[in-house]
Amino acid sequence: MSELSLERGINTLKAQIDAPIASFFSSCVSCGMCASACSFYTENPEPRYTPIYKLEPMRRVWEQNFTLLGKLKVKLGIAKPVTDEMLSQWQELVYNTCSLCGRCSLICPVGNDITYMIRKLREGMVASGHVPEGLVGASTRAVKIGSPMGIKLPALQAQVKHIEKATNMQVPFDLEGAEYLLMLSSMEIMNYPEYLEAVGKILTNAGKTWTLSSECFEATNSGIQIGSSDIAKELVSRVVNAAEKLKVKTVISPECGHAYTALRWEGPNLIGRPYSFAAKHIVEVLDELREQGLLPTEGMEDAKLTFHDPCQLVRRGGVVQQPRNLLKLVASNFVEMTDHGTLNWCCGAGGGVSANEDANEVKMKAFQRKKKQLDELKVDTLVTACANCRIQLEEGLEENQMDLPVVGLTELIAEHLVERNTINEESRHD
Amino acid sequence: MTQFNMPTVGEQLRENGISRRAFLKFCGLLASSMALAPSMIPKLAEALEKATRPSVIWLSFQECTGCAESITRAHSPSLEGLIFDTISLDYQHTLQAAAGEAAEQARDEAMQANYGKYVLIVDGSIPLGNAGYSTIAGVSNLDMLKQVAKGAAAIIALGTCAAYGGLPQANPNPTGAVAVADIIKDKPIINVPGCPPIPVVITGVIAHFLAFGLPALDHLGRPKAFYGQNIHDRCYRRPFYERGLFAETFDDEGAKQGWCLYKLGCKGPITYNACATTKWNDGTSFPIESGHGCIGCSEPGFWDFGGLYNPVSLPSSLSSQHVVFATGIGVAAGVAIAALNKQAKQQAKQTREPVNVDQLNREVQL
Amino acid sequence: MSDVLFLQWVKGPLFSIAVMIFVIGVVLRLAEILSLGRAKNLAVPKGNPSLGGWREIGRRFKVDQGTFQQNKITVIAGYVFHVGLFIVMFLLAAHIALIKHSLGVSWPNLPTPVVDMAAVLSMLALVVLLIDRLSQPVKRFLSRRNDYLVWVATFLPLLTGYMTYHHLWLSPQWLLGLHILSVEALLVLFPFSKLMHTFTLFLSRWYNGASMGLRGVKS
Repeated sequence: MSELSLERGINTLKAQIDAPIASFFSSCVSCGMCASACSFYTENPEPRYTPIYKLEPMRRVWEQNFTLLGKLKVKLGIAKPVTDEMLSQWQELVYNTCSLCGRCSLICPVGNDITYMIRKLREGMVASGHVPEGLVGASTRAVKIGSPMGIKLPALQAQVKHIEKATNMQVPFDLEGAEYLLMLSSMEIMNYPEYLEAVGKILTNAGKTWTLSSECFEATNSGIQIGSSDIAKELVSRVVNAAEKLKVKTVISPECGHAYTALRWEGPNLIGRPYSFAAKHIVEVLDELREQGLLPTEGMEDAKLTFHDPCQLVRRGGVVQQPRNLLKLVASNFVEMTDHGTLNWCCGAGGGVSANEDANEVKMKAFQRKKKQLDELKVDTLVTACANCRIQLEEGLEENQMDLPVVGLTELIAEHLVERNTINEESRHD
Repeated sequence: MTQFNMPTVGEQLRENGISRRAFLKFCGLLASSMALAPSMIPKLAEALEKATRPSVIWLSFQECTGCAESITRAHSPSLEGLIFDTISLDYQHTLQAAAGEAAEQARDEAMQANYGKYVLIVDGSIPLGNAGYSTIAGVSNLDMLKQVAKGAAAIIALGTCAAYGGLPQANPNPTGAVAVADIIKDKPIINVPGCPPIPVVITGVIAHFLAFGLPALDHLGRPKAFYGQNIHDRCYRRPFYERGLFAETFDDEGAKQGWCLYKLGCKGPITYNACATTKWNDGTSFPIESGHGCIGCSEPGFWDFGGLYNPVSLPSSLSSQHVVFATGIGVAAGVAIAALNKQAKQQAKQTREPVNVDQLNREVQL
Repeated sequence: MSDVLFLQWVKGPLFSIAVMIFVIGVVLRLAEILSLGRAKNLAVPKGNPSLGGWREIGRRFKVDQGTFQQNKITVIAGYVFHVGLFIVMFLLAAHIALIKHSLGVSWPNLPTPVVDMAAVLSMLALVVLLIDRLSQPVKRFLSRRNDYLVWVATFLPLLTGYMTYHHLWLSPQWLLGLHILSVEALLVLFPFSKLMHTFTLFLSRWYNGASMGLRGVKS
């Protein structure tokens, strides 16, 4: 198999370009409004960080291969070619300063889905070998070890034992025919084991059958972040195989934004067929349980709290109302940020930025946008539903000496959960 | 007919029983139509009074006699007509009594007697195609024009045909008609266009020439005094244009209300003439006042402005067929280019090799 | 060349040629874009893609508060320019007559001074936008020749139209001729420049909106 090269990169880009992309490039009038939508630009106002500019290599490939005028320019020798030097310059723009948050795609007045194009441009960056080392490492560990952070099954099993001991709850592995297959992200296993405990409690309490898979527990997908459909397909296939082997009805994507995008939206297109199961984000599942009356809670948080919308959930996933429904169950003083829901600002670390050491400095700059939002509100607690956002928020808050606890939504709900057995017994007594 | 000892215009007028008072009134009218200051009226009168009665040779080429009709049928009996009478019209097909060789002889004699001093009036255009399209006494229009122009002091190209080619020159111009100015380059030419020109403008130009010599001309060779005003700017229906009120047909409510005729093809916006101020038929009215749009007859090429009843803004040759035709070509070319694009993309897809992490690692380690 | 010959030429053959290039070019460009296709999305939809597409076509006329605060000049001058241009192009009696002549459809016109004012505002807005383009770092950085060319091509028809209406500088024939010529330049340039966004922005909004609709994203 041949090595990665500029030629392969350009060829890959040609294969990526479709009618929407051709339409987007035809529509851009260089109004610059996408810059104001992007926290990497607003907190670091260098014109080259303007979202649409990050696509220049792809724009050239489109123009020179798929437009009459562009082809003419090539014939006349006046077209500016895409070169290796250019792509290595662009690596910073395509990976370090874009979290695929989709805010520019929402703001663009002519309707260009810039994020969609960056995702596709990354395919070309991969094929030409212009990728950050950190993402290559994460992808390699994901493919070879099974998790981008290098976590293996025994580590999970140890966590599970710990939880079982502490809660008396059974955490099933490989339970065939279970209603739910619970997927996790390495970050949760390593940093927030409370999540698994919380979901387990809630699902068990709701009387649902659920299971983990010993073959595949990792829901995150480095292939999506680095922008390689080949790697992404390999990783998502593992989830699909595990789910279909266990014949589950629903796969639950964890509190992780891009894992949801990978599993819910890209997965079927990567494997080339629809799933035989449903794929849902944990917040969607929780809200369904709430609707069915299977999520009884008691007590209210009095602290003033706000919710950080993970980009992939709101702008790329349409999950806006569910977390708010859930928060209303347990919080009496819930306030919204000025730009919330689909307009929310990115934490600054999504789309592979957190796994890319080259972006360490710039992601903290991008966090300043979030900081401004939080400074306006002066809340006591920050809730979110994405482990990756959560780490970035915690890091950013610490670096800026802000004393503000960050809580996962699922854990918050679990803390207020009332045991349904108790309710049932009580009603029987009445 | 030739007068060797020519009387002045003043003498001629008195002989015809015109009073000094009436003469001054006429001068006032002329002055106002030429936009001269009132102080100029006595000067005009004096100059006219003393001007010698000139010899005039009138050549009619490819024309309809409308221009001659215009001046002779002017509100009669009029001073304009009388002024006209005061010139020594030595040759004019329609009006002269002589015919045949006698007529041609009169022309020759007048030319010889007043060589270098006579005024040449031309109506009608000159065919450059087959000389036989229009001849007089066996002489082609072209030859006769050149011959007579040689001894002329000045030439008045009367009517749009003589001034700019007019109707004979209209697309496809079968006779190869041209204007006087296209042929004669070494004589002063005053264009008095119109189809026909306004009578008082014709006499006014002659009066000006007699009194002060050549008038100031615009870029199209027209006397600025009469052709300096835009019809649209002077039109009494202009307020309706401003308010966006247009007659859509000749008998709709708008037409009855006297709304702007732009949409019915009025060429006022691109036409310069004195109609809107001087008016026709003894100052009675002008075409727009009678409910018909200006046809732009004092402008070159007015027949080919894209239809007398089409608004100025309309393209003259574009039709919906062009659009349909272009769409057809566009679709055909589009299908071809679409096939090329599809092929290029398909090829890229087929030749794309999958990427694996080992390749990436080798690349990063380089 | 005399002004009349010039006017006849630009009103006649040249206009037909320009319109034909425009039509051929636009159809060609759309074919170029659409032929690249779009893969069928196999993910189970959460909402109706075409509904999302139509919704975004409408919604993107609106700007959210935060974005507006940061792009006041772009948004306000952009709106004034576009609305003004729309009024001038489609609500002046002379232009409606042209559309009626070539396409057979017509509608009522606005009073001429209103259109005149729209033209003036539109031109002012264009000047403001140009200054903004030259002075804002992002805009200047993004702008290429195409952006400036398109600016000139849009400004000239407005300016010559304004001069024709007010009889400024040249004879009406020259002015009308120059006005039509500038429109022809615009028509010819249209399919091969950013002017194409007039059509493709609806495609773009639809594609983006369809993706949002599929994912159940409501903005």
